[in-house]
Amino acid sequence: MTWDWQIFCKETTTGDQIVGCFGKGQDITYLDWILSAWGQTLIVSFSALVIALSVGLVIGTFRTLPNSPWLVRLGTAWVELFRNIPLLVQLFVWYFVIPAIFPPMQQVPSVVLVVLGLGFFTSARVAEQVRAGIQALPRGQRYAGLAVGFSTAQTYRYVLLPMALRLVIPPLTSESMNIVKNSSVAFAVSIMELTFFARQSGEETSQPVMMYLAVSVLYAISAFGINRVMSWIERRTQVPGFVAAGGIGGGH
Amino acid sequence: MNRHLISLAAATACAVLFPLTASAQATDTLAKVKASNTITMGVRDSSGALSYTLGEGKYTGYHVEICQRIIANVEKAIGHKVETKYQSVTSQNRIPLVQNGTVDIECGSTTNNATRQKDVAFAVTTYVEEVRIAVKANSGITGIAQLANKNVATTTGTTSVQTLRKNERANGIDFKEIYGKDHADSFLLLESGRADAFVMDGSILAGNIATAKTPTDFRIVGEVLSVEPIAIMMRKDDPAFKKVADDTIRELQKSGELAKIYDRWFLFPIPPKNTRVGLPASETTKATWANLNDKPMEDYAKK
Repeated sequence: MTWDWQIFCKETTTGDQIVGCFGKGQDITYLDWILSAWGQTLIVSFSALVIALSVGLVIGTFRTLPNSPWLVRLGTAWVELFRNIPLLVQLFVWYFVIPAIFPPMQQVPSVVLVVLGLGFFTSARVAEQVRAGIQALPRGQRYAGLAVGFSTAQTYRYVLLPMALRLVIPPLTSESMNIVKNSSVAFAVSIMELTFFARQSGEETSQPVMMYLAVSVLYAISAFGINRVMSWIERRTQVPGFVAAGGIGGGH
Repeated sequence: MNRHLISLAAATACAVLFPLTASAQATDTLAKVKASNTITMGVRDSSGALSYTLGEGKYTGYHVEICQRIIANVEKAIGHKVETKYQSVTSQNRIPLVQNGTVDIECGSTTNNATRQKDVAFAVTTYVEEVRIAVKANSGITGIAQLANKNVATTTGTTSVQTLRKNERANGIDFKEIYGKDHADSFLLLESGRADAFVMDGSILAGNIATAKTPTDFRIVGEVLSVEPIAIMMRKDDPAFKKVADDTIRELQKSGELAKIYDRWFLFPIPPKNTRVGLPASETTKATWANLNDKPMEDYAKK
């Protein structure tokens, strides 16, 4: 097999070699296509990440509430439902099964379904991490909040969550990077993202190895970018002297 | 410290990637089969009546049957019986698997085109595929022009995606393409109403319709969008093995057996459900049989 990177300058319909590698007007080169596919991957990942973090935060908090058994049960049900079914199966349920039961759902664009599917799946995992963070705090912190006259909501807002969320930044980093990689299942419901691009362009150009290689590099760059952002957040939100500070250990 | 990590990662990446450029060694499939006593047939899970699974690791179809005839002649050539192993392949991995020796003969639904001929060889063409449109029988759609701004399903990783693009550009119309991850998925898109049409190779459409819940709900309509020679694939630069394959097909054609095998898969009821595909050999397929050759797709377009 030969390595001919010029293949990215080919027009996707006519097969002409385009000067400058970026197509103009009607012309779309494989380079144009892979970049738009990258965009799709990032759009799906970031939207799903926003949903996963916000829903996960709420559900994880529900699971630790002291005097609200029904909210605890709701949180448990949510987590067990979304983390016990494989992601690809969940997507097909959203895409094929639910519209068969509620026909209007067929009008919902598939990108919305993917974002919801991926977001809810990841939210179950985020919720567990948030719960672990809250439960890792000494019981005294909750009592201290109540002792100064805070309501439950205020105790969470001003005492528990700020510390718990700092504690769980490392696992949340992994989860945020996972969402980029998991977004590859979106090709199965007709999103033209990186995995879709690799499968399709590999067939068209008969160079699947090169296409998968290029796509792998873009996935790695995206996930590593998220890793850098999260580590920046971790450093910015550090509390001096707190147990989770800086990851150097022994800060107690 | 960070800089060290990055340069280390870069060095590892280079070390891993560049040995891949080493070229494959010379091939002699007959000698390999003789020595190992096994031959691996590449097959598809659902390529219409050409090559499909019956479940439990059993594969069958028009091309699988022709390949079994070829393997019988391979056994004659090397002088003893061999064990046939079946390896399921996909559109994405079939060429690498043939190149790296995992699969000795691929009997699926691979289009013979000029780009692929640089990497692999093809036996003489046994089937000419016509890309057609499947719609619901009650949809009233009769041709590609009526598909403007409609949802059109096709399968990711097939040449039909490109055929659709070419048609859009040539006729100045716009389809809303939906991509299934495999043919069964694309057909489900049509069946569930998410798509108004399914554009794919005629045999695959006919095969999917034949195994649908109610086959009469669907119809294949419209013009032929593209013509593609489908052939059995093998490693490049292995003339002895290719000769056994080509001669087998030529013999089958001369004795009239080839047409009979075709009819058995495409006109008569086939397992597992004993349904009929109902796709008589097209004029282009018959013309190719009359003049067996391994010309790539590009030569067909010129006519």
